[in-house]
Amino acid sequence: MSTASPQAYVLRGARPYGTDPVDVVLADGVIAALGAPGTVAVPDGAHEVDATGHVLLPGLVDLHTHLREPGREDAETVFSGTRAAAAGGFTAVHAMANTTPTQDTAGVVEQVYRLGQEAGWVDVHPVGAVTVGLGGEKLAELGAMADSAARVRVFSDDGKCVHDPVLMRRALEYVKAFDGVVAQHAQEPRLTEGAQMNEGVVSAQIGLTGWPAVAEESIIARDVLLAEHVGSRLHVCHLSTAGSVEIVRWAKGRGIDVTAEVTPHHLVLTDELARDYDPVFKVNPPLRTAADVEAVREGLADGTIDIVATDHAPHPVEDKDCEWSAAAFGMTGLETALSVVQQTMVDTGRMTWADVARVLSESPARIGRIDTAQGRPIALGEPANLTLVDPGATRAIDGRTQVTASANTPFGGMELPGRVVATFLRGRATVLDGAVADQMEGATR
Amino acid sequence: MKHLLTTQGLAKDDAILLLDTAAQMAATQSRENKKLPTLRGRTVVNLFYEDSTRTRISFETAAKRLSADVINFSAKGSSVSKGESLKDTALTLHAMGADAVVVRHSASGAAHQLAHGGWLDAGVLNAGDGMHQHPTQALLDAFTIRRHLVGGVGHDGRGTDTSAGADLAGLRVAVVGDVLHSRVARSNVYLLHTLGAEVTLVAPPTLVPVGVETWPCRVSYHLDETLEQWQPDAVMMLRVQRERMSGGSGAFFPSPMEYSRKFGFDARRLAVLPDHAIVLHPGPMNRGLEISAAAADHERSVIVEQVANGVAVRMAALYLLLSGETGQTTDERNAQ
Ligand SMILES: [Zn+2]
Repeated sequence: MSTASPQAYVLRGARPYGTDPVDVVLADGVIAALGAPGTVAVPDGAHEVDATGHVLLPGLVDLHTHLREPGREDAETVFSGTRAAAAGGFTAVHAMANTTPTQDTAGVVEQVYRLGQEAGWVDVHPVGAVTVGLGGEKLAELGAMADSAARVRVFSDDGKCVHDPVLMRRALEYVKAFDGVVAQHAQEPRLTEGAQMNEGVVSAQIGLTGWPAVAEESIIARDVLLAEHVGSRLHVCHLSTAGSVEIVRWAKGRGIDVTAEVTPHHLVLTDELARDYDPVFKVNPPLRTAADVEAVREGLADGTIDIVATDHAPHPVEDKDCEWSAAAFGMTGLETALSVVQQTMVDTGRMTWADVARVLSESPARIGRIDTAQGRPIALGEPANLTLVDPGATRAIDGRTQVTASANTPFGGMELPGRVVATFLRGRATVLDGAVADQMEGATR
Repeated sequence: MKHLLTTQGLAKDDAILLLDTAAQMAATQSRENKKLPTLRGRTVVNLFYEDSTRTRISFETAAKRLSADVINFSAKGSSVSKGESLKDTALTLHAMGADAVVVRHSASGAAHQLAHGGWLDAGVLNAGDGMHQHPTQALLDAFTIRRHLVGGVGHDGRGTDTSAGADLAGLRVAVVGDVLHSRVARSNVYLLHTLGAEVTLVAPPTLVPVGVETWPCRVSYHLDETLEQWQPDAVMMLRVQRERMSGGSGAFFPSPMEYSRKFGFDARRLAVLPDHAIVLHPGPMNRGLEISAAAADHERSVIVEQVANGVAVRMAALYLLLSGETGQTTDERNAQ
């Protein structure tokens, strides 16, 4: 560690949660001062940031990121993926367990955790696999992962569903001991064999095998009842259908301890996009109908859906430049998530920026049990994990110029509102003037 | 026409032009010298990712009778087995100077991707893509129906076809069998509807896709009721693949016997139809499952004639694709 105190910053005229402008001083890793413009004491040598008109949010937290390392470094690495996260305004990500080897032991989660510290752009919290090798047959050593240096609290076989009801029950019960949560990828496997896209009007016409909504909804229904029965905490990954929203709403009404996430792409894209067979729109769960999009927006606005999580799923070109049925599922999302939420929820008047802070920072931090460090209030003395966004800007999205190592964004060629101007991780700028830092001072590498 | 990828959105004028051109081609096929010089010097590639000797030979015959150079490119299994990608194959065909590519692929959308991937200039003719479309099959079915039920050609195939320029307005066609997995059904529903015919799909509910309600047709779960009460002018039987009955809890119907009893076409059901009605099957048939030998070989079966008409329709499609006679492409119309 260097002995010189780190660079201080003063954000001039920033609007916390979109409210009245203030000046904010970041020094020694915390919010050192905050007050009406021109009224705060600024340390000598502080870097001035003109934040006029910009919205200040707590640093974003993603509960669902695929960083692909170890195993698929051709798609993404912890280094490239966390830089992309910073570019998107994130200060923490949860790295999904479907790596090679699988993140199903203390050793592998600690390896990913360390890679995150070495990179330094965001906090990386590995997700632990629920079952050995995501095989769905035998519990992984959940306790060992929880006790490891990575302090794992979120467990998921994401990409696969924990479909065996007994195994799911055991996992829900077991993680109670360390306040963990099982994040379920809800997909009944027998109902989705060979599935390629949402089952409905479009799949019937274009001849692709359907992925029916009921395959998601039946698992969510089962799991909320299991969570109620054993008194456990359940998180539902990327719910995508109107029926799923209704089930979660019902479960919350009963007092069941369930949280739910929606992806940015399910907030805006529909299965109509499959008609040209461009695999960039192939994702799991699949893009659904316009009625489902409306239902998940409503669910997010009324709090039924707790958070937005990216399900950032980078893939190399060859896994997308092929027949639809041969292509990989997934799309990148870290660098477009905030813009999509702004477009679909803020610019439409359905949510405030305080709500955005809740669904993209505070609630995901709480679900992941990292809320002593992330998703904190913008207040004096709090850790300086912050995101500054210019909501008036418009960006043309181009997969080839994104920071992620892969180009499979479904928003290529589109214009999206909002631009991340700066991101701060414990007072250090990971993004400044819209540019990602080349190297993070303080990274352990 | 630049490509022929799907019958969904195919303009009625284009469909009738294809049928009329096919009729002209068919007329030349009764001559001693069947070969026309029309496509001399043009290269047609048959790109087959699925085994289908019947369809490949039909296209090959059609191209050769138009004097085109034909290259058969069998790429069976290559994309699934992670061999050469569709894109690399397309770039290869482009480098070879293919003028038209006839593509058969197990993946729905493969023909669309070849036509629109930016890899290839050639016209693309879809010879069957997954469960999606098989437009020349629907065209040959419509051509066969039109000859007999509009053009006055007898069951024996004799008589002059007087149907030039005509559509299929008012005709009733029942399409029976595995609609869910069938590109033939999808192609026929849209083409027959465009040509003015009424279509009823007949199948057990397990073999009808969720989402069928937007298709321009009726759906029935009862073959006898449809034949007796609706009195179709043509009955088109679809092939039922053996694998649909296996798979234990995933089987689509309980047994071949039950399927035959409820959905198989036989002489008894043929007798219920009006006298002029004809029976079609895209082949290859499972005799004794979806169609009995007596029905298949009956004088009102036009199944063998469909094969010959397939060559004429494919000659017409290749001719119209490669001669570029129409101004607006089918594809541009499809885009609307
Ligand atoms: Zn998932």
